[in-house]
Amino acid sequence: MAQDTSLVESETVVEPAVEHRTRDPRRPKRFLFLRNGKALTGIGILLFFGVLAVVGPWIAPYDPNQVSVDLLQPPSWTHWLGTDHTGRDILSQIVVGTRGVLVVGLIAGVSATVLGVVVGVTAGFVGGAGDETLSALSNVFLVIPQLPLIIIIAGQLPTAGGVTVALVIGATGWAWGARVMRAQTLSLRKRDFVEAARANGERTWRLVLAEVLPNLTAIIAAGFVGTVTFAVMSQVTLAFIGITPVSDWNWGTILFWAQNNLALQRGAWWWFVPAGLCIALLGMALTLVNFGIDEFVNPRLRSTGMNARVLRRRRIRPRIGFTPVLRTPPGAGPRAAAAGPTRKERS
Amino acid sequence: MRFAVRRTIFYLITAWAAVTINFLIPRLMPGDPVTALMGRMQGRIDSNAEESIRVLFGLDTSSSIWQQYVDYWGLLLRGDLGLSFTFFPTPVAEIVQQALPWTIGLVGIATIIAFVLGTSIGVAIGWRRGTWADALLPITTFFSAVPYFWLGLIAITVFSVTLGWFPSSGSYDRGMVPAWSWEFVGSVIYYGFLPALTVVLSSIAGWILGMRNMVVTVSSEDYVTVAHAKGLPERTVMVGYAARNAILPQVSNFALSLGFVVGGTLIMEMVFSYQGIGYTLFQAVNTQDYPLMQGCFLVITLAVLGANIIADFVYAALDPRARQEG
Amino acid sequence: MTASTLDVPAPTGAVGEPVLEIENLSVDYGYVDDATHVLRDVSLTLHRGEVLGLAGESGCGKSTLAYAATRLLPPPGLITSGSVHFTDRDGRRTDVLRQSDAELRASRWRDTAIVFQGAMNSLNPVYRVGRQIADGILAHRPGMRRREAWDQAASLLEMVGINADRLRDFPHQLSGGMRQRVMIAMALALDPQVLIMDEPTTALDVVMQRQIVEEIADLRQRLGFSVVFITHDVSLLIEIADRIAIMYAGDIVEDAGAEEIYRRPRHPYSSALLHSFPPLRGERRELTGIPGAPPDMHRLPPGCPFAPRCAHAMDVCREVRPGLTATALGDRGAQEAARRVACHLHDPASAGAHGLPPDLSR
Repeated sequence: MAQDTSLVESETVVEPAVEHRTRDPRRPKRFLFLRNGKALTGIGILLFFGVLAVVGPWIAPYDPNQVSVDLLQPPSWTHWLGTDHTGRDILSQIVVGTRGVLVVGLIAGVSATVLGVVVGVTAGFVGGAGDETLSALSNVFLVIPQLPLIIIIAGQLPTAGGVTVALVIGATGWAWGARVMRAQTLSLRKRDFVEAARANGERTWRLVLAEVLPNLTAIIAAGFVGTVTFAVMSQVTLAFIGITPVSDWNWGTILFWAQNNLALQRGAWWWFVPAGLCIALLGMALTLVNFGIDEFVNPRLRSTGMNARVLRRRRIRPRIGFTPVLRTPPGAGPRAAAAGPTRKERS
Repeated sequence: MRFAVRRTIFYLITAWAAVTINFLIPRLMPGDPVTALMGRMQGRIDSNAEESIRVLFGLDTSSSIWQQYVDYWGLLLRGDLGLSFTFFPTPVAEIVQQALPWTIGLVGIATIIAFVLGTSIGVAIGWRRGTWADALLPITTFFSAVPYFWLGLIAITVFSVTLGWFPSSGSYDRGMVPAWSWEFVGSVIYYGFLPALTVVLSSIAGWILGMRNMVVTVSSEDYVTVAHAKGLPERTVMVGYAARNAILPQVSNFALSLGFVVGGTLIMEMVFSYQGIGYTLFQAVNTQDYPLMQGCFLVITLAVLGANIIADFVYAALDPRARQEG
Repeated sequence: MTASTLDVPAPTGAVGEPVLEIENLSVDYGYVDDATHVLRDVSLTLHRGEVLGLAGESGCGKSTLAYAATRLLPPPGLITSGSVHFTDRDGRRTDVLRQSDAELRASRWRDTAIVFQGAMNSLNPVYRVGRQIADGILAHRPGMRRREAWDQAASLLEMVGINADRLRDFPHQLSGGMRQRVMIAMALALDPQVLIMDEPTTALDVVMQRQIVEEIADLRQRLGFSVVFITHDVSLLIEIADRIAIMYAGDIVEDAGAEEIYRRPRHPYSSALLHSFPPLRGERRELTGIPGAPPDMHRLPPGCPFAPRCAHAMDVCREVRPGLTATALGDRGAQEAARRVACHLHDPASAGAHGLPPDLSR
């Protein structure tokens, strides 16, 4: 295990800390996060949509608002994803709508994360009555159902464009992040290095910026990704129920038009299936990135070395409480055989 | 006891905050949409009702904001939520009262089914880590990312438009008169099945993933190893030691994400035109019926608060440490 | 070495037959081809009625050895070879590593019980301690009533000096020392023949540590079980153990009577380890550290793993890994002859130039 030599040479030679039985004895690898297959898949999908959001309006085959005589056509070579009831090209609507979805997701994600970090870290750091007040505030915002709140706020705004909706989502969706951030700050505050910096007379704001925030990076990132997911879902939902202007193209708007023009009853699956799949794919990509962060933060969730194929080949079933035993029966050569009797029983 | 007191204070604060938010929203909004509506309703609203709408929406500019706030609370405590514009002149309270049982029935039952089922599946997958059960994870992840309402659209297309097994909208056969008869209850179940199925399908994935991760984390706790070392039967270790502890954060997450889940499932009512609070809210938004919107939000918030209180008691019953420390 | 040196009966306190024999046990962390070999061909025997100490720095594999021998090592641990034979009171010998799940489950706690490190996390926080003692008893005594199991749990608690009405307490209501006693009571519930104690006193203060250690010694006198006591604190071991095995980098480097190790350590590492703890009683000695850090188990040097930190290292130490054999001083009596050490200083072939190995006790 990697150990600081200077510590070993000092007075207490044998590290008195408890032995970590479960830890991977190898050195921690840098950029472990990027070595994670789930996270990489997620980032790949995100990049795809990101590029689409930037170049979408240029590569879309048609103007998404352009009506034509091809009313409600199923997918064909001229319209890859068919057309809607006024002959507009659905693929173009999806491609052009990507930008709206991502922009709102990003703005809402950034604003909610900033709010969450400020409230959470402050609460965790000041303690006392300030902490009580801020935690109560974030708990209140957690309990109040956000989507209905967003709906009534957006519903009462005279104009609820993309940015407005993003800001409303940001203003209501910060509480979860604040809660997590507060818990983490509280535990960080008690760690030795922060105490040491404090004893050295570091100023509070410097302490927060230099010692606390860098250690919260993973949590902040997870909170950000989670908020973006929530923002995308909320915005699409708002567009679907027709609260945001129906002329702003995003994937929810497409579903709004589909639902209101009886696409379901007419069996026009090409109208609502692709847009929904895009939402699901984007949501899944964000979830995968969050899994990657989770496994990075919580090593117990990591499945290092649990390559399913290797396990099958060596016939190992990793279990807690019953360590697998490799058996090499006489004459079987180096190839490992079954874990013997351990596999017989299963309750 | 301290635990109960602390939680009670918290819920009182939350309830107060929800009401205050409801009070502030129309006052903070730019423009004055209600006055326009009042103009359209000219003459049809009696002076008494007009007064309560003025108080509810802050049109009563003559009195101070504190006076308005006191008046507002006065109205709420008398159960006066104003009159609906859409269903004029029905009081909002009456509409909400009719819609609420349907929502509690549909969303409540479906959410509990999803939680129980998802938690059990999560235990099974988390416990059999490194086996075929892990193959379920990608599917679950996909379902957790699907928007609720879209799954509703798909369910309608498949089961009611294509297969014709279930009705695509409504909450019971319109030809029937609501009564406590087998026939009517059967009709309610028949109409509610598809929306409930969709709610379960779309929210179960989150519970599965959450519980799976908790079981994986808890399984490497020392007390689980001790349980194995004691030679306890595998089922006892899984249920009594791993799952029993993993469910604690699951329950507190349940309480915290209720607001989110309920928000999502309300949209389901809109898709299925199911006559609950969500659908009422949807109609109110579409017709710019502000009193109804406010009333729905207040009731939804209070209902979620109620569910939170129940979840809290369940948690206290499950965790001896919470009972003591609060 | 000659065969005859190993035939000499075991020294100091080892009164009986072998009860637990670990032979050539190898353990990997990780299931892939480049897994870390955390235990390499480790052999160790525990005799009936003996207290065997297992010492070494963090990460040397002492806990891994105990958990692998009971097959409790969590993923990604993997036992790649070896055998662990348990001999019960009737003289029946079984290989723990070849038992089926059901057999293993039935023999656990009845044959070998474990007191885990950190009693804080070893008790299920949501069950009363009485229930946790009783469920272990009930699992092995089908047909026993809950009432009886709880009564038995009550007398076990009294045996370790805790009032029986604490049965209805939850773990968080007990102090650290009490929790550790509960763990000991729990471990003794089925009158096991082997008790493995993994750093049972590490988290406790010195006074509590002393009480617990005395308690264990007393209980062993009365109940006659054998103990494997794992700790990094060698001076504590010298107080209570009959025999001590010192581990370094996944291997046993010295195995000898406690008194012998204390007076005349034969391995440079044992000597260094002894000099890094103040003795609990007796003469004071100068405390010195061990230079350098334990090796990275994933990249062990060829030869003796301790060579880079060893003051006596020779050329051969960096090339050839020494095996665990008799010392070069085997002619100094039965006790010396029964000792085993893994060091080239004791290999007549390579140490020949130096004559007898240097006296490491000073």
